[in-house]
Amino acid sequence: MIQNRSTEITVGMFVAAGIFALFVLVMRVSNFADFSDESAYQVTAEFENIGGLKVRSPVTMAGVRVGRVTQINLDPESYNAQVTLSLYESFNNLPTDTAASIYTAGLLGEQYIGLEAGAEDDYLQDGDEVELTQSALILEQVIGQFLFSKADE
Amino acid sequence: MIDMIQNLGRWGFSVFERLGRAHLFLWQILLGVPGLFLRFSLVIQQLFSVGVLSVFLILISGLFVGMVLSLQGYNTLVDFGAEESLGVLVALSLVRELGPVVTALLFAGRAGSALTAEIGLMKSTEQLSGMEMMAVDPIKRIIAPRFLAGVISMPLLAALFSAVGILGGFLVGHGLLGVDDGAFWSQMQTKMDWYEDVMNGIIKSVVFGFVVTWIALFEGYDAKPTSEGVGRATTRTVVHSAFAILGLDFVLTALMFGG
Repeated sequence: MIQNRSTEITVGMFVAAGIFALFVLVMRVSNFADFSDESAYQVTAEFENIGGLKVRSPVTMAGVRVGRVTQINLDPESYNAQVTLSLYESFNNLPTDTAASIYTAGLLGEQYIGLEAGAEDDYLQDGDEVELTQSALILEQVIGQFLFSKADE
Repeated sequence: MIDMIQNLGRWGFSVFERLGRAHLFLWQILLGVPGLFLRFSLVIQQLFSVGVLSVFLILISGLFVGMVLSLQGYNTLVDFGAEESLGVLVALSLVRELGPVVTALLFAGRAGSALTAEIGLMKSTEQLSGMEMMAVDPIKRIIAPRFLAGVISMPLLAALFSAVGILGGFLVGHGLLGVDDGAFWSQMQTKMDWYEDVMNGIIKSVVFGFVVTWIALFEGYDAKPTSEGVGRATTRTVVHSAFAILGLDFVLTALMFGG
């Protein structure tokens, strides 16, 4: 009976340790906390070119993370990219003339959306569209323009 | 010439016959599993011998695998000035690949071979037929608890392996190589997806646990009841498990991350 009891205790410890390790992997190592920590509201933005932006890319304002990209579609009429941003509820005081630009973190880093606050008194609501947008910088296009302007000289 | 072809044919038949028997055997085990929840103490005993006794091996191996990954990855990343991504490298390779695969290989060597030897010896000493004489179904009483214990332990062991490996990678990366600890964790957290990476790794380890335990039990149950037969069955368990793990890993990776 004693033997049985100690077996059960060690098995219990084993199962608890395994589940704890899984919990650590999910909560501490991966981005699970991003999803559950706060309620969010959605706004959309249209870009001419989103470059390497992906779903789950960060949305920042002054470098502070305020949300993430949840959806990317192609508008069938304008052929622009339609990006849905999910912003944390605590940042619900963004003016309606907020501008969204696509930046690159570092030289080769991943792309993210940077928001810049405008001056309007009204705030963006769930489902609104960000009107002022600036596309991603495509390196090939920039080099092409540079060579073109050089050739003119 | 004809003899060779005949031998090949005979070999083919025996392979398919064994495969058929293995599947019938699996079906019988699965039929026996629901009844186990009424007598869970049988499973707990097996969880001890299959799972708990493997924990030490898994923890030590995981720690060292993570440390080596960190050391090797650093050498490559530092050339690009990207040593902050060390956390991502270590965590992704552990959680997606090395955790499930190495754990399953170790599990096959540590627990799978023991299962085969145990069942094979029970068969050769006619304990299994003895049970049948007493109208006790050996599959329900002996095999099914071991099977369920194997399937339960593998994902837990793999999670332990990955967690300890990441810890080892962090110790080497931060302590020895001087990678910033904030960047190590935060990059890891932004780049790893909890479902895409962590859960797929766990699904892999459940599949490996299923297959390794199945192979081990079948080899034991199907072993020639001689000391030589049991020895060969044990070897086969380890070899076939290794093939099955690595082959299935490719298939699962292609399904999960390929498209």
